[in-house]
Amino acid sequence: MAQPAKPAAPGAGRAAIKKELPERFKNHKHVWVFIEQERGHVHPVSWELMGEGRKLADKLGVELAGVVIGVPGAATQAAAQEAACYGADLVYTVTNDILADYRNEPYAKALTDLVETHKPEVLLLGATTLGRDLAGAVATTLLTGLTADCTALDVDADGSLAATRPTFGGSLLCTIYTLNFRPQMATVRPRVMAMPDRVERPLGRLVEHPLAMVEEDVVTKVLKYIPDRDSTKSSLAYADVVVAGGLGLGSPENFQLVQQLASVLGAEFGCSRPLVQKGWLPADRQIGQTGKTIRPKLYIAAGISGAIQHRVGVEGADLIVAINTDKNAPIFDFAHVGIVTDALHLLPHLTEAFRRRLSPHIRDRIAS
Amino acid sequence: MHIVVCIKQVPDSAQIRVHPVTNTIMRQGVPTIINPYDLFAVEEALRLRDQHGGAVTILTMGPPMAEESLRKAMTFGADRAVLLTDRFFAGSDTLATSYALASAIAKIGETFEPVDIVFTGKQTIDGDTAQVGPGIAKRLGLAQLTYVSRVAALDLAGGTIEVDRRAEGGVQALRTKLPCLITMLEGTNDIRRGSLPDALRAARAEIVVWSAEDAGIPDVAKCGLRGSPTVVKRVFAPSARAEKAAMVEPDGAATADALIDAMFTQRPRLEADLATLVRGF
Amino acid sequence: MTEKFDAIVVGAGMAGNAAALTMAKRGLKVLQLERGEYPGSKNVQGAILYANAVEKLIPEFREDAPLERHLVEQRFWMMDDASHTGLHYRSEDFNEERPNRYTIIRSQFDRWFSRHVQEAGALVLCETTVLELLKDTKGRVIGVRTDRRDGDVFADVVVLAEGVNGLLGTRAGLRERPARENVALAVKEMHFLPRETIEARFNLKGDEGAVIEAAGTISRGMAGMGFIYTNRESISIGIGCIVSDLAKTGHAPYELLEAFKRHPSVAPLIEGSEVKEYAAHLIPEGGYKAIPQLFGDGWLVAGDAAQLNNAIHREGSNLALASGQMAGEAVAELKGRGLEPTAKNLEIYKTRLVDSYVMQDLKKYKDMPALLHASSQNFFLTYPQLVSKAMQNFLRVDGTPKVEKEKRTLRSVFAARSITGLLGDAVRMARAWR
Ligand SMILES: Cc1cc2nc3c(=O)[nH]c(=O)nc-3n(C[C@H](O)[C@H](O)[C@H](O)COP(=O)(O)OP(=O)(O)OC[C@H]3O[C@@H](n4cnc5c(N)ncnc54)[C@H](O)[C@@H]3O)c2cc1C
Ligand SMILES: Cc1cc2nc3c(=O)[nH]c(=O)nc-3n(C[C@H](O)[C@H](O)[C@H](O)COP(=O)(O)OP(=O)(O)OC[C@H]3O[C@@H](n4cnc5c(N)ncnc54)[C@H](O)[C@@H]3O)c2cc1C
Ligand SMILES: Nc1ncnc2c1ncn2[C@@H]1O[C@H](COP(=O)(O)O)[C@@H](O)[C@H]1O
Repeated sequence: MAQPAKPAAPGAGRAAIKKELPERFKNHKHVWVFIEQERGHVHPVSWELMGEGRKLADKLGVELAGVVIGVPGAATQAAAQEAACYGADLVYTVTNDILADYRNEPYAKALTDLVETHKPEVLLLGATTLGRDLAGAVATTLLTGLTADCTALDVDADGSLAATRPTFGGSLLCTIYTLNFRPQMATVRPRVMAMPDRVERPLGRLVEHPLAMVEEDVVTKVLKYIPDRDSTKSSLAYADVVVAGGLGLGSPENFQLVQQLASVLGAEFGCSRPLVQKGWLPADRQIGQTGKTIRPKLYIAAGISGAIQHRVGVEGADLIVAINTDKNAPIFDFAHVGIVTDALHLLPHLTEAFRRRLSPHIRDRIAS
Repeated sequence: MHIVVCIKQVPDSAQIRVHPVTNTIMRQGVPTIINPYDLFAVEEALRLRDQHGGAVTILTMGPPMAEESLRKAMTFGADRAVLLTDRFFAGSDTLATSYALASAIAKIGETFEPVDIVFTGKQTIDGDTAQVGPGIAKRLGLAQLTYVSRVAALDLAGGTIEVDRRAEGGVQALRTKLPCLITMLEGTNDIRRGSLPDALRAARAEIVVWSAEDAGIPDVAKCGLRGSPTVVKRVFAPSARAEKAAMVEPDGAATADALIDAMFTQRPRLEADLATLVRGF
Repeated sequence: MTEKFDAIVVGAGMAGNAAALTMAKRGLKVLQLERGEYPGSKNVQGAILYANAVEKLIPEFREDAPLERHLVEQRFWMMDDASHTGLHYRSEDFNEERPNRYTIIRSQFDRWFSRHVQEAGALVLCETTVLELLKDTKGRVIGVRTDRRDGDVFADVVVLAEGVNGLLGTRAGLRERPARENVALAVKEMHFLPRETIEARFNLKGDEGAVIEAAGTISRGMAGMGFIYTNRESISIGIGCIVSDLAKTGHAPYELLEAFKRHPSVAPLIEGSEVKEYAAHLIPEGGYKAIPQLFGDGWLVAGDAAQLNNAIHREGSNLALASGQMAGEAVAELKGRGLEPTAKNLEIYKTRLVDSYVMQDLKKYKDMPALLHASSQNFFLTYPQLVSKAMQNFLRVDGTPKVEKEKRTLRSVFAARSITGLLGDAVRMARAWR
């Protein structure tokens, strides 16, 4: 087995002490967002990051760039154009046929080369399976700091990236800096940041970068790709209305009350972690730190205490409604509307009341 | 065949408490466990060994008491355990951790037998970054296979391996060359229970304890706090929302409507949004 | 599995650890089996540790054992629903160089203890449950069967330190199951608070600790006791009642605990705390008369499994430590003299126990459990209410002449309990104590 690579020493001394940025990093400028494509489909987290990247770039007074890596052709072109509509001042592309499917080697090389050539100061990626796979490899090659799974990003007075993320099982938040290295890298989970408005705009500058690699150089081959059957996967993360239940419902049978309300509202249903652990619902219905992050317009939580790990997954909701029998439940600390009552009793009435109020619209639907 | 599995001893985060005033972690009485995700990696490694022969070495970097976790991993039936422990490692971030672990894995390869596969868990429950695996792969120049749900085929003679990898919208079936690094997805297998002879062997096993120097780490400045480019500046508790929730008083049969009214009062556009949603549904 | 040990110890609680340590230090080949994930993971104790019993095993234990607070104050509370009458003892003398009593958290202490056992050379296997004892054709215990694959393992002697249930012993026909009127069910919670808060609320500084033991209406007329122990950053609070009483009255233990926590004397002490860990555990309370057969061919029993628990003084861990140590010494002595661990030879274990405070204390109180139990209505309901009434009558200044007040107190006493009944209780109590 190979000896560990012996990369250049990352400046001596304690990283914790902010020094003047080493000379070699001084010309690193601009904020980059990696636009994640899988089989021609751009992951929405990329646009969410564009929105956030725009704010950071404006604060720093620099440009915002999108990075698109993929096969030459329409899909990549479209992604670059979309990036502009979501706020990119310029777009870097690396295109090559060997980039058809995501594979770590060619993607990591493409992104690393690009960074070394064009030197961004901030590089953001989605904390998806692809983003995390890629970010780890790139940060290690570049020997720079990477803050994973952030929930908030900001720029300090001195222009450094302040990346905030949960720590210690989510009980606390911490703010992490990469003070003496560039780029400052961060990954952010889908739905943590709001989707920015899309504005029709022409594509600004497009910078193409070659990839010095051929298929023979890539050790890993894709034998097959089996797409998930859409029907089995919930679209919880992107739902406009979500109704969720927790342990307070008492039994898996009672969870139907949540599903009934969800169906009247045209909503997705979700749950707290213990329900998944008990096997009442599949893992893709879990909301929270180790489940899905959601940002619906309306979130109704029934029999959920509102533990911090649940809270971080729902805080982006526009309106949080909590039904809980315990007036001291932590969920009332961050809900907008609350009611202290038995959810088992209230849910059927709530379902009925919504059905009554929304039935004119439902009739509309049937009529049309 | 020789497999190295990286495991980490972590505080059982379900039991972590935060000091309400100082916001510091109250570690008192918080038990430590093997990072639950790592157990899937251990089991997968043991299965491959059982099928193909060879040995499984468990590696952890941590304080001396991390030996407990190694011994526990040995009761599952692993062949050897290495504890990498040194004050130089304190305060490592993912870059520094992957540096130390990669160096130790190289040393394990030299000392015992060449390494064919390195396993890690998907992520830890304390660091929670999922970066250490890719970091090790990069430093050792190994093919990197993350979020693997299944090892489909292993051809030792041909030096290839096939796995299923979880991607965002589907599953990739990949083939690559050995040596490689695999981060194992959770829920993919059930950790076995070792036999009594396994457990006795584990209890007696000599754990290999290496300092930075023993592991042949060339540059301790790349370890621990010094070798970590990221700096944690502030730790804080999430704040309560400034305004309190509007509380609806239960009122018999009128309760449900009162609650809906409260929602619509708070978000005047909500009614229209719901109508659109219901129409389009 | 043909491997054979000098001794197998079942359980890694206080008794098991003491036995394993003692034997390993004497050079015996010892295997200790514990069903919990780690030593202490299943162990519930209030918990007070008595230094003396530990010192005999590990003289320098104060240097690195995970001790919480050393006790400088003891409070006894007699409670009715709204009040408590207390007897407090606090002394600066307890701030000594080698304090006598400490609060501990068992899960941490047992783990520390186990490290010493392992360092002494014993093999410790956790997550391994002993299912049954293996016997030869003559009925002599020769080993154990565990729940692991290939799980039989053999030894000259098996030390049963499996705790209060004594399932293995019962299953092997070596003893009877503990009777329900001889065990208390205790429920306990850990309430976390910043240490400064605990120190302010209990009037403590540094590592000083305080203990409250409470009896009275909180046990609703059953024989029972509540307790509050201060740890460094947490408070252990719990209540225990005799199992047969609970069964008879239908009270759920956690309801009693909830009520105890809500009691106006208790609530302010734990206010604002974060609750972690709810646990329930049995305590042997039958005393001297409930002690089963302690040894036989190839086996010994120690600690709670032998019902060695002094409920009156709330001493259990020390008796477990002492009996475990004596069991270990007995086995090591036979081994040293080249003698077989037959029932006859193991008699030396019992002799040691009888010569020590373990049996002598239990014998002294041999009638207490029955008395407290039989008159529980009086001791735990009537008397506390009377005392409270008397105290209030005494303290409330409302223009009533003092003579009248005394009469009232006496009247209420006799109304509640006949004079012969009172005298009878006093006599019985004195006898049991003697
Ligand atoms: C590392 C880590 C990651 C985690 N990740 C997640 C995560 O991603 N998502 C997540 O949800 N959790 C997560 N958790 C778990 C989290 O800490 C909580 O344990 C969990 O969210 C609690 O679920 P709950 O609210 O359903 O249950 P409980 O906390 O038991 O709350 C039940 C609530 O229901 C109320 N109730 C009871 N009966 C009724 C009734 N009839 N009507 C109305 N209300 C009633 C009760 O008052 C109570 O508030 C994680 C924990 C850890 C340690
Ligand atoms: C709430 C409460 C408060 C208490 N407070 C005090 C106090 O303040 N001071 C005091 O001195 N005493 C106190 N006691 C009593 C004290 O805890 C016990 O007397 C003491 O723990 C007895 O030690 P032991 O080793 O006999 O049993 P345990 O400590 O119960 O240990 C038995 C061990 O055996 C293991 N085991 C059981 N069966 C098997 C099996 N089949 N295979 C493998 N392993 C097995 C168990 O997991 C356990 O670890 C308290 C008890 C309770 C419940
Ligand atoms: N200190 C460590 N010692 C051994 N392995 C580790 C250590 N830290 C992380 N790992 C491995 O890397 C994986 C990912 O960790 P993380 O990047 O912290 O989420 C874990 O599941 C472990 O397998």
